[in-house]
Amino acid sequence: MTWVNAILQGIFLGGLYALFACGLSLIFGVMRIINLAHGDLAVLGAFLVWSVTVTAGADPFVALLPVLPVMLVLGYLLHRTVLARSLRGGPLTPLLTTFGLAIVIQNGLLQAYSPDVRSLGGAAGGLATGSWRLTDQLSVSYLGLLVLVVAVLVLGGLHLLLRRTRFGREMRATAQDPDTAALVGIPAQSVYAKATAIAVATATLAGVFLAVRSTFDASSGPTQLIFAFEAVVIGGLGSIWGTLTGGIVLGVAQTLGATVDPQYSILAGHLVFLAVLASPRGRAVIR
Amino acid sequence: MTLLRVTGLHARHGLLAAVRGVSFDVDEGEVVALIGANGAGKTTLLRTIAGAHPAAGGVIAYAGKDLEGLPAHRRVALGIALVPEGRRLFPELTVRENLTVAGRPGRWQLETVLDAFPRLRPLLDRPAAKLSGGQQQATAIARSLMTNPRLLLVDEVSLGLSPQAVDEVYDMIATLRGLGTTLVLVEQDLGRALAVAGRVICLLEGRITLEAPAAGLTRDRVVQAYFGFARTP
Repeated sequence: MTWVNAILQGIFLGGLYALFACGLSLIFGVMRIINLAHGDLAVLGAFLVWSVTVTAGADPFVALLPVLPVMLVLGYLLHRTVLARSLRGGPLTPLLTTFGLAIVIQNGLLQAYSPDVRSLGGAAGGLATGSWRLTDQLSVSYLGLLVLVVAVLVLGGLHLLLRRTRFGREMRATAQDPDTAALVGIPAQSVYAKATAIAVATATLAGVFLAVRSTFDASSGPTQLIFAFEAVVIGGLGSIWGTLTGGIVLGVAQTLGATVDPQYSILAGHLVFLAVLASPRGRAVIR
Repeated sequence: MTLLRVTGLHARHGLLAAVRGVSFDVDEGEVVALIGANGAGKTTLLRTIAGAHPAAGGVIAYAGKDLEGLPAHRRVALGIALVPEGRRLFPELTVRENLTVAGRPGRWQLETVLDAFPRLRPLLDRPAAKLSGGQQQATAIARSLMTNPRLLLVDEVSLGLSPQAVDEVYDMIATLRGLGTTLVLVEQDLGRALAVAGRVICLLEGRITLEAPAAGLTRDRVVQAYFGFARTP
């Protein structure tokens, strides 16, 4: 039963990783860039929610409501002011730009919030700690289930957006051939900016769930970026539902590793990532 | 009425001057064929007019408006559409998605385009990557029509197509001409170009060497302009 419980908790953890990863996957799928500031943008969102929670005494999920539009606008402006220029500089420039952006965000957060470790778990009340106990060794946490449901809804929403809406068709067309997209009237830069806005908003959502689930500080972003990147690669770069699969595989690998020995938790996830990377599909990703 | 006026246009590929001081007008409803050998600058000229390639000098005026600095998607909004060489469909999008993604208000909507290109109707849910060359060309022209252009630029319309597919594509072009669409065609097949166009412009090494009504144009005169020398008997 311990193993079953580990797998169940791994699936819930995978939901969080998928939520982190979907924005990264979206930006890569549309613009072919890896946003190295993705984890730090998630942590920035978590800090903003923390500020609203502390200032207004609100529940973190209520505090998320005013923060999400702010992060949407921030993502849009981030593309218009920074990424659009760096995209013109070739494939390496956005990588360096987002790396620099990550450092700026981390140091800005250190300056504004200090290096103290924080959590939104207390403010979320019973949701953060409560669970349904199915047997002595098997339980379903409220938060884990909520994260998984939200991840499925967000990924499903993105899938519908991409497949059923005009904007989604524009995103897919621009991803396949931005020059030809312009020749049929699609403004590629506007599409990129909106995709970045959506990615930053989903990162914020993931950041808040991380903050409710555990602790966070100004330097938490890179770790989340690594997990998100591993989930994206395991699931297939640019694939929306593959991201959920990748997140769950990574989460289950970590919880199974932790069941063997707690120190193997992160290592098990990395080993699965490396195994996928060494596979023919992984080699195709590297190419 | 002059719809397109190109004056002293220059365009480059790096150090190579591909278009050198080209000037011509296209009237509303006219069909103009751009001919010339490979590397003459035809494709670059069309792409520069469409905004897909930067001009290095000169003026492109469309409906009296200078297009300088206007990106390609804004030119589409003004009514300039390009059917690019090689079709350049979005391969993972279905035919329906390829068409609707380009849709703009006007007479050409999905149903009217399908009425004009009935062979696309059964292919609507097929990914563009799985179409034949003729089907891709039809989709590419239909996609450009969905932008409701006043000026349609068509690059190498028959390149790589079977003779039957070329016939079908030219039937479509004749239909568009009948509807009063202004067309500028790049075409290697001289016979086809002369049959469909009202006027022919020949380019050689980026310069216009011949501009004349298609009717009454002799083959020798075209060959002279095409290669820059007179054919010996």
